[in-house]
Parts: sequence; structure tokens; C-alpha cells
Amino acid sequence: MPTERATGRVALFATCLTDTFFPDTARAVVRLLERLGCSVEFPQDQTCCGQMHFNTGYRAKAVPLARNVASVFAGYDAVVVPSGSCAGMVRHVYPDLSVTPGPVYELSEFLIDVLGIEDVGAYFPHRVTYHPTCHSLRMLGVGDKPLRLLRAVRGLDLVELPAAESCCGFGGTFALKNADVSSAMLADKMSCVLDTGADVLTAGDNSCLMHMGGGLSRLQAGVHPVHLAEILASTEEEPWVTPLATR
Amino acid sequence: MGDTARNPVTWLGSPAFPTAAKTALADDQLRRNLKHATGLIRTKRAGAVAELPDWEQLRLSGEAIKDDVLANLDTYLLRFEESVAARGGTVHWARDAAEANEIVLRLAREAGADEVVKIKSMATMEIGLNEALQAGGVTPIETDLAELIVQLGNDRPSHILVPAIHRNRTEIRDIFKAAMPGTEDLTDEPVELAAAARAFLRRKFLSAKVAVSGANFGVAETGSVVVVESEGNGRMCLTLPETLITVMGIEKLVPTWQDLEVFLQLLPRSSTAERMNPYTSVWTGVTPGDGPRDFHLVLVDNGRTDTLASTVGRQALRCIRCSACLNVCPVYERTGGQAYGSVYPGPIGAILAPQLGGDMHDKHAASLPFASSLCGACFEVCPVRIDIPSVLVHLRAKAVEAKPKYSPEAIGMAAMSWVMAGPRRFRAAQRLAVAGRLLSRGGRIRGLPFPGSKWTDSRDLPAPAKESFSAWWKRTRG
Ligand code: SF4
Repeated sequence: MPTERATGRVALFATCLTDTFFPDTARAVVRLLERLGCSVEFPQDQTCCGQMHFNTGYRAKAVPLARNVASVFAGYDAVVVPSGSCAGMVRHVYPDLSVTPGPVYELSEFLIDVLGIEDVGAYFPHRVTYHPTCHSLRMLGVGDKPLRLLRAVRGLDLVELPAAESCCGFGGTFALKNADVSSAMLADKMSCVLDTGADVLTAGDNSCLMHMGGGLSRLQAGVHPVHLAEILASTEEEPWVTPLATR
Repeated sequence: MGDTARNPVTWLGSPAFPTAAKTALADDQLRRNLKHATGLIRTKRAGAVAELPDWEQLRLSGEAIKDDVLANLDTYLLRFEESVAARGGTVHWARDAAEANEIVLRLAREAGADEVVKIKSMATMEIGLNEALQAGGVTPIETDLAELIVQLGNDRPSHILVPAIHRNRTEIRDIFKAAMPGTEDLTDEPVELAAAARAFLRRKFLSAKVAVSGANFGVAETGSVVVVESEGNGRMCLTLPETLITVMGIEKLVPTWQDLEVFLQLLPRSSTAERMNPYTSVWTGVTPGDGPRDFHLVLVDNGRTDTLASTVGRQALRCIRCSACLNVCPVYERTGGQAYGSVYPGPIGAILAPQLGGDMHDKHAASLPFASSLCGACFEVCPVRIDIPSVLVHLRAKAVEAKPKYSPEAIGMAAMSWVMAGPRRFRAAQRLAVAGRLLSRGGRIRGLPFPGSKWTDSRDLPAPAKESFSAWWKRTRG
């Protein structure tokens, strides 16, 4: 069994979306990190990183949220975020808002760069395709880290997603402000996903997965959107279970 | 005209982007054409760029040179003006579109021309020169093939590099047949189309007394002007007529010939995915007995010094108009260029047009910075490393500032910020959100009233979880 790792104090930043809509992802992060020997804290006063406000042009309204994040997570040696987008916001935008963030890591970065683990001991017997979300790909530059983690998962059949690096069309309020363009982008992404024959679509961001999942659900495509953390947390003893129609 | 204060960089009467995009999206043929064309050039560009091991280094140099130019623009412009004058050229300064148009029209008339040939003229499209010339009794003839197609079709450009990217060859044949005498039997074979254009243009080249050109670069140290192109028509315009008038944005300078070397590598690979463009023409002042007898350079500001004043936004002036950002943009790929309502479409258009236009109270201009999912593909390919997403967000803030303070969106954003800045308020809101499950079936929400319908028209929305993660943590661990 892994022993206590020398990672210092690790905090989970669940993000407002995951906390409210996708608690399974946050629970998976905790389970995974604890399995790998970290002890994880969840500061209760965390809320939202402020990205939606900032990206929609409400810069001043993002500032109190950024300050809250900075103060809630002050003093931790690592803050783990299961979202490339929110991690990118904290790391690359907070300095512009004159907020100094602590060391924030997107999940795959934390596993590979900090813990130095690629094989997290997961088991996931499904056909999976991976969509690199724009912000984890380009803003954070996580590169192939999520793929390296996925390749090491036992039982997992990884199939390449055509045009993987094309945006899914979410883009926060873009999905509402330019709903028609966003839907057209989503439709193309959906057809690429269906082409793979995968039964699970994964990514490192629940926001994009919510968008793509919304499209898959409308198509009744039978492809499940599953956050990377939930795949990595799945083991033979405690496997991921296909969600039923009701949650 | 009543509208003289308006900067023509955005087309008068253009609807806001979402509306224009909806129309474009409905055109299946357009979407197929664009998908094919942008997909092809995207792959080719990636290949051409991958050949150079020092590409990142070149991008950094390109960025640094342009930043130096922008930081010392006054100095370089004066040096440029001096060098041009020393070689027998005449420099004219134009604060805005109206001034620039007046200068060109006056020069054309003084040269006794009722027709001018044109090449590489983004800047002249920006200021609406063709319309101004026409109003003044001078007929402009575009000589770039794609621009000619746009002009003869009474159309508007839709791409920086391939202005007629939205037209297929059958449409082009019909345009030619209608506008060129002696083309009754024209087919839509590309070779025939090219030959028809060639015959048409030859006559124009040989008769025109005046040419109007744009410029890709101006070299400050020698007063040289550079045009890169693929067809060679530019070279005809630059050498045959007696008078050459070059219209150039003030930001197009590079300090020295050595700096030019960087851009002559960055530009062709980024724009046409070629190692080197087929024609590179450089001209410096006038040379007795060779080329034009008169050379006039019109340096156009038209919103550029205002753009320079913004520390975030000024990087848009580094743009070398390669169009790489258009070709990778998922929004452009689906809507085409005309939806942007400006000669500058795509990601660069979304940050350049509103800045040059300078009026965020204009609904159309204010919609452009939102025409992006902020996916960042444009920044990734930009040869001069313009951080387009950051400029978009910066301009979104400007657009919000120009809106009424109490718009529904502003109130909603303020309320959400207030709730989320207070952790206890946020937890309370989360508990309330669970009520949203009432709208759902099987954890999915399939239809919401407006504005939520903008989401649910094409995708489902998950219902909030029965128990949030934080509630779970508190219950089990807290
Ligand atoms: S912004 Fe960059 S990529 Fe786009 S046209 Fe200009 S130089 Fe090219």
C-alpha cells in the first residue's frame, strides 16, 4: 500500500459546477488521491473561481471570487482542481486581477508532475475516447498527461477521437450568446465521438463534458460522459458503475 | 452623408454577429465549402511550420520586432518618411478614411486617370476607397483574382487571403459571364476561368495610368515597400502604370532589412503554407526610366493610434494578415467571413474591427468580441503571437462597460458574484438549486424557458445533484 506521500497539505478545489452538478467527480478525486497516499482537505468556504464573470466581460465582479479562492486555499502546498479551465483561470488570470494564487494543479498535472505516477492502479473495462478540452490543452498545456494516465488503466480500450483538438463549442456563456454556432460545433463533435464507437467519452473538465453530455443525451447515443477522475478512481474492488437513467 | 463620423472598418448596417451567424449556418453549401477549404489549409500549414525547427524562435522574434515598432512608432515613421522622400517618393498622412480617400482621389485625378488598377488592398477595403473613387468618377479595378471575383459580383470579401472563399467555380463563371465581354461560352473549368480573368486584366494593366497598391511591409531604414503575392498581378500594377499610389496602415513597418527576413519566413508558411511565396516585390521611391514616374505613399491611421493606447489591445497591431487564425477558428469555419461584417473577419477581425472602429456602443462592433469560444486555437497558430483570447476578453469588458448598467445580464452577473463571494450564501443557493430537479426527468432537463432555451434547444442539461459534494463532505467527514 502506498505510504503517506511527501506532498504536504493537499486541498481539493471542487469548482462550483462539479460541487453542485457532478459530486461523483469530486468524490472520485478524493478516493483516488487517498488511494495514492495523500490526505485531502476540503475547505468548506470555497465557491467559484470567477471565470464566467471574467470571460464574459465582468472583470470587477470576478475579483471578489478570486480573492475568496486565494484566501480559502492560502497555506496549502498543493491545490488540486479537476478542471483545466478553472486551474487555467487561477494560474494565468489571477495575476492580472492582482490576486496571488497558491500552487494550483489540474488533476493530471498533480498526478504526473507532483506525485510522479502514471499508473494509478485503476481498472476500467470500457471503450473510451478522450477529448482534450481547449483550456487544459492550450491555456495550461497539460499535453498528453491525461492520455498517459488513461493508457496505464487496466482493461481500458482507448480509441482516438477524430479532430480531437477542435473545440466542443461550450465556451462558457458563448454557448448561450452564440447558441447557434455553439450547437453547430457540438453537432460536429458528436459525430466524431459516435465515429469512435466508444461507450465512454472522457475529459478533464466537467463544463465541456456537460455540454457534450447534453448533446449525447439528446441524441440518446448511449455514450456516457465520464470525468477523467472517475475513470482513474475506478478499481476492480470499487468499479465505476454505469449510471442508470436516474441519478 | 450624415454618417461621416463612422469609421467604415465595419460595414454599415451589419447585424450583430449571432444574427448574421444564424443566416450563414443555414447555408449548407457554404459550410461544406468552408470546412473543406479551411481543413485543407490547416493541415498544409501545420506541415509547412513543422519543417522549421526554429519556428517558435521566429515567432518570438516576430513578436519582439513588431512590439519594438509599436513602442517607437513615431521614430520609425519619421525615418520611413525621410527615406521615402530621399528616394523621390511623396509621403501623405491620413488621419482617417475620409482623408485617405480624398488624397488618393486627388492624386488619381491629377494623373488624369478615370480608371485605376489595384492590388493587395486590405487597407483600401478598410477605408472604403473603391466606393469613394467611384463616387469621384474614377473606376477601380481589382487585379487579384479573388478580389476581382468579389468586385465583379458586387459582393463582399469573406477571407483575408482568399476573399472569394465562399464562392464555388460555377458561381464564378456566372459572375465573369455577366461582367466580361466576349465570355459567352465560358465553362467553369479553373483553367478557363483563369484565362478569362487574365485576358480581361491584361487590357487593364496596359491601359491604366495609375495603380493603387497596399503593402505588406515598409522598411524604415531604406523607405522600401514590400508586397508578397502569388499571382504576379501585383508586380504588373507596381511596374506598368506611370503613377503608383501605395496605401498603407502606419503599423506595417519593420525597422531594417534584417528584420524583414523574419517576416518573409513567418508569412508564407502561415498564410499559404508555402515555404516562399511566388512573388515578392520591393520598391523604393522612383527610378528614372524604370517603373512608375511618380510614387505616392499614403500612411493611414484610421483608429490605429487609438488602438495603440490600449496596453492589452495594441498587440492586434502586430498582425501581418496571414489569415492563419481564420483557418483554425471553429467559429469562422462554420459562419464564414461575411458574418463578421468587416473586411477583417475571424479571430483577428473580432479584435481588430472593434478597436479600429472604436465604438463599443455600436451593437454590431460590441458583438464581435463574443464571437469566440475562447478555445485558443488562434493564439496557437499566430506567427506574431497575438494573444487573441486575452484581447477578446479585454474587449468584452469594454463592451460591457458601454452597455446600460442595469441590463438583465449585468444584474444577473452582479447577483451571482454576490452569492458566490459569500460561501454561506453559495451553500444556501446550492440547496435551492436542488429544486431544479423538479424540472428534470431522469436527472436531465430537456426544455427550459427563454433564455435557458438557448441551451436546451440543442442539448440537455443535467439537474443539480441530489446532494452536492460539499454537503456530502460535511455529512460524512465534516
Ligand atoms: S492575428 Fe496572427 S494569425 Fe491572425 S491574421 Fe494576424 S498575424 Fe495571422
